Amino acid sequence: MTSPVVVALVGNPNAGSTTLFNALTGAKEAVANYARVTTEIVSRDITHRGVSLRIVDVPGIYSVSSQSLEEQAGGTYLHETEPDLIVNVLDAGRLDRGLFLTTQLIELGLKRVTVLNMIDEVRRGGVRIDTGMLASALDSPVVETCGLKKAGVPELLDVIVDAVQSPATSSLTRLHYDAHLEDGIGRIVEHLNQLHPHELTPMRSRWLAIKLLEGDERVVRAESDHGPLLTLIQGESAALAHEHDEDPATMLAAGRFAFAHGLLREVRQRVGDPTAGFKLTGILDDVFLNRTLGLPLLLGILWVMFESTFSLGAVPTDWISALVDMVTEYATAALPEGMFKDLLINGVLAGVGGTIVFLPNIVILFFFMAVLSGTGYLARASFLMDRLMHHFGLHGTTLIPMVAGFGCNVPAVMATRIITNQRARLIAMLIAPFMNCSARLPVFILFAGAFFADIAGTVVFAMYMASIAAAMVSAVLLNRIIPGSGGDAFVMELPPYRLPTLHSILHHMWDSAQGFVVKVTGVILVGSVVIWFLQEFPRDIAYSQDFETAIAQVEAQPEGTGDQDALRTLKAAQAQEKLEKSYLGSFAITVAPVFEPLGFTWRDTAAILTGFVAKEVVVATYAVIYAQEEESEGLTELLSQQMTASTAVAFMIFTLLYAPCLSTIAIIGRESGSWGWAGFSVGYSMAFAWILALAASRIGNYLM
Amino acid sequence: MTTRDKLTLADLKPDQHAEIVKIASDDGVFKRRLTSLGIVPGTTISLDRSAPLGDPRIYNLLGTSLGLRNAEARDIQVSLK
Repeated sequence: MTSPVVVALVGNPNAGSTTLFNALTGAKEAVANYARVTTEIVSRDITHRGVSLRIVDVPGIYSVSSQSLEEQAGGTYLHETEPDLIVNVLDAGRLDRGLFLTTQLIELGLKRVTVLNMIDEVRRGGVRIDTGMLASALDSPVVETCGLKKAGVPELLDVIVDAVQSPATSSLTRLHYDAHLEDGIGRIVEHLNQLHPHELTPMRSRWLAIKLLEGDERVVRAESDHGPLLTLIQGESAALAHEHDEDPATMLAAGRFAFAHGLLREVRQRVGDPTAGFKLTGILDDVFLNRTLGLPLLLGILWVMFESTFSLGAVPTDWISALVDMVTEYATAALPEGMFKDLLINGVLAGVGGTIVFLPNIVILFFFMAVLSGTGYLARASFLMDRLMHHFGLHGTTLIPMVAGFGCNVPAVMATRIITNQRARLIAMLIAPFMNCSARLPVFILFAGAFFADIAGTVVFAMYMASIAAAMVSAVLLNRIIPGSGGDAFVMELPPYRLPTLHSILHHMWDSAQGFVVKVTGVILVGSVVIWFLQEFPRDIAYSQDFETAIAQVEAQPEGTGDQDALRTLKAAQAQEKLEKSYLGSFAITVAPVFEPLGFTWRDTAAILTGFVAKEVVVATYAVIYAQEEESEGLTELLSQQMTASTAVAFMIFTLLYAPCLSTIAIIGRESGSWGWAGFSVGYSMAFAWILALAASRIGNYLM
Repeated sequence: MTTRDKLTLADLKPDQHAEIVKIASDDGVFKRRLTSLGIVPGTTISLDRSAPLGDPRIYNLLGTSLGLRNAEARDIQVSLK
């Protein structure tokens, strides 16, 4: 079999190339009404009329020589690979801007097909485009499509196959720039031909010369060995800058836009009201971006999203919880006593079951995220918030993952994908775990109830506020720590409002659910098993007294005369000693000195250590340690006897801020593409938590 | 404002149309990012609206809406049409 013909879909962000990719290949890639959804190169093989094609969805770019981080993937793809055919996807309503990229693709000299996507929107606006004239001007077939409705897709496939099978033509289309520029290009071409004799086609050497003049770093780097060439280019640039008071890159860009402008004047006809198609966007923006209403509306929308995530999620969460209980009960009854049963019930089922209950919350949260991004509101939200967030060195977009973090830090870290700049995204990823997720709530409810019963609600609310403050302060700190200065500029396209399709919303929800179940349960499973082993081993503990015999003696007493209290005390003492001498206990005792300045005992340390798996486990661990039912009166009482109020505050602050849970660590590792950053997140948050908890305990001791 | 100061995008008022004259920035990467979005000499641009706190602002150019902070808009010199 011959290798498939590589067909690359190239277009501006939000021009609909992913929708078209899905229509062409039948795949289901995520689509949103937000510039730059595709961050990885996705390809899929199809066969049409007996020709096997590899369709590649190249992440959206505004320019071939773009250096901005968010366009890197697409730019690098075009620089490093030479597809057999480029399908240039243009948003038919934004040709004035989109043709800029087209002019660069023309100069690349590869076979091209031009697609006018979302043509229906333009037609509704009363605009007609003379495709025949456009085709001859661009020297490429032109196909009109509507990717969403799959209109024009069969024709496009035919045109692609025709183009692939046609002999390569050396494109005659040539953009002519300003005379001074052309002279400069000519001299560089001459020099290039001397450097690489007989290696370069005229098309290729012109392309190289233009890229060198533009200062395309990828091309300049490739030619960095040729000192005289670089000197020549510097000279040409300086001469042009002197003559025109403008650098050559800007002059070339202006030339490209002038070409597009001239071309569109010829091929585009407006028969109706040209703004008709965008009227709705204007009206909606008058409401959503209103100077008075805009921010309150945003807060209201976020509140609804936040509230529904929990209230709507509660019902299916109960179902899953009941299912987990059923499985646990069944396993308890069916399995023979032993280590395997214990591992399965107290390790696997407790850990995985305790986490899977968050699935509905995550799916609902992603439903809202899909609606917000699909309609184009998300871009507006970040526009509205940018000024406030900018004070903390954050981009307006960071708002979304921060809000998501109140639910669960895992989707919060996933939601940072909407942040376009890599560095800004990394900072968002590192501050998201500070957001007070629902898993921490049980800890605060327990502690607030035990120590500040009169003002428990206020204390819990204060923890939410503290989490926001911690995230903001961290953003300022991380902006200083992490090298680079990206993410400062807010240059963002605001797409028109569009109605997202049900299909794309369902896809987002399904994708998030799948990702959560597959990837996170893997980590939770392993983590739970490890913690279980650490709690249960070593098995051969040398107890200080013979608990088994003592318990047997109490139990052996006739019914009714048995001292239940004595039995419970014995069992509790045994459980405690077992924990103390387990790997977890002895490790906690070893580590405890680190937390001593904060006023924590080894038991608190053990709770903190198990909380790494998931923060709810902190409460469960206390329950085991004090051998009491979770959240019972007894535990509250015991806690308030064991700890001072100021230590309790320190503990709450520590629990709020220290190391993200295992799932979050895993997701940071995956999303940042580096386990180093996941490790950094743990180290940084531990240090941050320790310092703030120490401060809290010192201030508390002074006040109380 | 002295007479020597040039008019920039940040000075634009609602419904004023202007032509871009020059991007006065030494940051090549940032400049190329703006040019690829259509911020080049000769392009007609107008102010659409401002965020509630007056920054950033949305501009209309080439049939698209572009959000820009005032700090960046001050680097873009324009002349009124």
